[in-house]
Amino acid sequence: MSAPAVTSGSPVRRLLPWLASYRGRLGLGIFLGFMAIGCGVALLATSAWLISSAALMPPILTLEVAIVGVRAFGIGKGVFRYAERIVSHDAAFRALSKLRLAVYDRLAVVAPAGVPAYRRGDLLERLVRDVDATQDLPLRVVLPYASGALVALASVVLAFFILPVAAVVLGVSLLLAATLVPWITARAAADAERASAPARGAMNADVLTLLDGVADLSVSGAAPAWLDRLAADDRRIDGLSARSARASGLASFLGILLSGGAVVVMLLVAIPAVRSGELVGVNLAVLALLPLATYEAVVAMPTAALALGRVRGSAQRVVEVLDAVDPVPDPVSPAAPPSGVVGVALASLSASWPSGPRVLDGLSLDVGAGERVGIVGASGSGKSTLLAVLAGFLPYEGSVRLGGVELRDMRGSDVRGVVGWCPQLPHVFDTSVVENVRLARPDASDDDIRAAVDAVGLGPWIDAQPHGLSTSVGDHGALMSAGQRQRLGVARVLLGGHPVVLLDEPTEHLDEETAEVVAAELLRALEGRTVLWVAHRPHGLAALDRTIRLD
Amino acid sequence: MAVAAGTAVLVVAQAFCLGDAISGVFIDGESLSDVLPVIGLLAAIVLGRALLSSAGDVLAQRMATRTSRELRAQLLAHVVRLGPVWLSGERRGQVATLATRGIDSVEPYVARYLPQLVIAVVVPITVGFAILTQDLLAAVLVAVTAPLIPVFMALIGMYTQSATAKQWSTLGVLSGHFLDVVAGLPTLKAFRREGAQSDRMAEVDRQYRKATMGVLRVSFLSSFALELLATLSVAIIAVAIGLRLVNGEMDLRTGLVVLILAPEVYLPIRQVGAQFHAAADGIDAAEQVFAVLGTEPATSGTRTDVPPGPVVVDGVSVVYPGSDLVSLAPVSLALEPGRVVAVVGPSGAGKTTLLAALQGFVAPSGGSITAGGVDLRDLDPATWRARLGVVAQDPVLVGPTVADDVRLRRPSASDAEVEAALRGAGLDPATLPAGAATRVGDLASDVSAGQRRRVALARVLLDRPPLVLLDEPTAGLDDIAESEVVSAVRRLAADGSAVVVVAHRPSLVEAGDTVVELSAAEVTS
Repeated sequence: MSAPAVTSGSPVRRLLPWLASYRGRLGLGIFLGFMAIGCGVALLATSAWLISSAALMPPILTLEVAIVGVRAFGIGKGVFRYAERIVSHDAAFRALSKLRLAVYDRLAVVAPAGVPAYRRGDLLERLVRDVDATQDLPLRVVLPYASGALVALASVVLAFFILPVAAVVLGVSLLLAATLVPWITARAAADAERASAPARGAMNADVLTLLDGVADLSVSGAAPAWLDRLAADDRRIDGLSARSARASGLASFLGILLSGGAVVVMLLVAIPAVRSGELVGVNLAVLALLPLATYEAVVAMPTAALALGRVRGSAQRVVEVLDAVDPVPDPVSPAAPPSGVVGVALASLSASWPSGPRVLDGLSLDVGAGERVGIVGASGSGKSTLLAVLAGFLPYEGSVRLGGVELRDMRGSDVRGVVGWCPQLPHVFDTSVVENVRLARPDASDDDIRAAVDAVGLGPWIDAQPHGLSTSVGDHGALMSAGQRQRLGVARVLLGGHPVVLLDEPTEHLDEETAEVVAAELLRALEGRTVLWVAHRPHGLAALDRTIRLD
Repeated sequence: MAVAAGTAVLVVAQAFCLGDAISGVFIDGESLSDVLPVIGLLAAIVLGRALLSSAGDVLAQRMATRTSRELRAQLLAHVVRLGPVWLSGERRGQVATLATRGIDSVEPYVARYLPQLVIAVVVPITVGFAILTQDLLAAVLVAVTAPLIPVFMALIGMYTQSATAKQWSTLGVLSGHFLDVVAGLPTLKAFRREGAQSDRMAEVDRQYRKATMGVLRVSFLSSFALELLATLSVAIIAVAIGLRLVNGEMDLRTGLVVLILAPEVYLPIRQVGAQFHAAADGIDAAEQVFAVLGTEPATSGTRTDVPPGPVVVDGVSVVYPGSDLVSLAPVSLALEPGRVVAVVGPSGAGKTTLLAALQGFVAPSGGSITAGGVDLRDLDPATWRARLGVVAQDPVLVGPTVADDVRLRRPSASDAEVEAALRGAGLDPATLPAGAATRVGDLASDVSAGQRRRVALARVLLDRPPLVLLDEPTAGLDDIAESEVVSAVRRLAADGSAVVVVAHRPSLVEAGDTVVELSAAEVTS
């Protein structure tokens, strides 16, 4: 049976290989689903035959098989359904794990510049939700559709052997119920979604502005006006979704009409057949009840079509990541990285974030080996972009030489073996302090780590924690302040021992006194390494060899 | 309700029509023309059921959108009453999610779950009664087994509830872990740890899948029991009918009617279970909304007249609920028209908390704030805030344009007045991409907190309210801009406003007629 809703746009098709690698388990799930629904159909059909036959009062032995069948089908349905759910969830989770790893592996190559998600936290969160949402494809789309279609097919075959014309009646009604009704449902939902997406976007933006600006709005008396504006947003969405409600109402109208109508038509064709002797009388009830019994095979299909619509959006965004182009591909024949103390030489360096404005334009700068240089400049002047280029995360024009070796001639991972980068908002993993720092050098001893956290002034805080270095820092380091997270990031580059160290505002979020102390301590700990120190405040810069301004 | 009752009646009528037609032809040897009226009636019943179902759908959806709209309006209005202090930290994100996706998920609950719940009560009772009129044995069987379904579900549900909760939490942990690793990828790459993490992820995934499947094996038991009860009952009824038919104790018509009706008793009850999963998120969201609506705002007075007289802060201290840290140690000061009070002190001393208390966003834990002798707690918050002009440390521009934002309080102000206010705040509109008409969204990334503070200061300059609260208005400004702001502060006082300014820099402290020092020493208790 054709299922047009399933043979859909390409993003969903791109996810099928992940399902295909578990086709054995999924096939078993579909078979078990088929058996579960099939037992329901068989229960009603056998019961109808049993009752009709019994009405003729034959010897009870002739009914024995039917009686056993009815009981077996009655038990089988629940058992098969239970087994189906276990098997299909297991298959779906396995496929999801595999996809998750594939997404991770691609992200590991292209992050951060290759995917827009790294410029906005909410996009990253959505990506993770999207990957999770793809499990609906096997569970809510493929499985109900496939097992329902198989049951429908089997029922039509059964009807054909009883009375060929009945197969036509049942077939047409099931085909329409499996195609037209899901199509209308999915289209209505997609229309509503498309129509209301801008309105929803506007409302979400207004909600966020209200929440962010609640102090400003309350004090300026503008809060009631904003609430009115949000109510208007909401009414507009309601108006748009009312249309889709009518369409889904039409779908449920057609669903009932098709199964009930099939009963009526079935009677109209079967009754003359009984009179003419073409149909055995005991089978009249079987045929009349088949459309009602097979309704269960198609009833889940509109929901499946809706789920497919949702999966399509998620699949699209997941496929975009899988297809993301590496902005900084490794060279074919990589140059060996420099060793020892390494200087940095920039000549007419230009760079930008993908699809962003060019923030660095023709920068030339020579930083000697072991020299410590401060970089200041207004926000947007390209300070952080410069560091991203030096860490091998961004493509560039012009020349960047590390210890005389052109950066783009080296493998990205070799670059990052030379250059240690502490970003403006270092990510703090949901684990202990010690593990968070240790990732910079997995073989570091606890003493090395302790020395690194002391050098950034986190010592007293660690000592005040009940579990010291083993203290868990919570999701995104929620249990630490912004200044502490910043310093944890700095501790990592200290521990990493890279010849070149890039610090992006390492004393941000600290009060002035602490900032001075941390800066002095940090410079002592970085003795002998080449340092590029980006800042917008002057703390610590005085102790550097020189400071340049980007504008 | 009417839809459910109508559906129940039509389901029963449909079974009788089918039984009549089939037994008429099969047993009594009637022809198509004999049973045509019954088939016609059957067609009409089917049409009726279809119409009723679609009307029910449309009505339920309409009710659902109305419900979600009202919930959202109430939630947001109450969040505004609760204010920015309540909304700070993690709560902002939670409320944002709740107000958008959360409340959307209430719709399936109202549109599908609730109507199905009504149907699951009305239809089984009606159909069961119809069975009773035909066959006592089947009726007894249905009456015994059907109520067992909710009972069993509740029992198994109680048993599996912790298992189900565990399932969701393991799934949540897994996707949380994935998000954590993905978000930290740039960091992992910086230290060349991205490859090692890939193997670890595969292992974590495998462990969680095992744990989740273990939990699912238990939690799927409830639907297993449900399905088994429903179909096995129908099977038992069918066999019982067959045996009595063989013995001539029943006629075919009755047997068919009962056979057709029996599954209809269980179907709606099973569908409740199916809809429950779609509705679970909605129930959760609704509970969260009601929890927010049940939270008392910091101030909820009703008095709408403020007698003239100074604003007096008398021994006010603040300890935030759920914290044992003193955020503001007792402080006293008086605010009079034409006078500037400079508030100084190290960070953490409670300067911003003092301003929040003056705005009624947080209630004093000790002491009182009075205006013209009336306690702030007795005043209607909106009335009180209408007398305030505030420049927060990190103001939010609501736009859409800079000019709109400056006009927030006085929408009728002319363009010239707006531009004068901006200039007075040290922000020359000519330096903005499109002057005062620049959209704040276009600025967002470029506009520094310093510039946003100046736009907020322009709001205050345009409105000249009786009481002005400024939180470090010169932070991040150069010397020239700073002196512009200082003179704007003096001008506000000269025009009769009482001004409180939280200050760090000496020049701003000097602008104060009085200086109040909050000390950090008392803060950490």
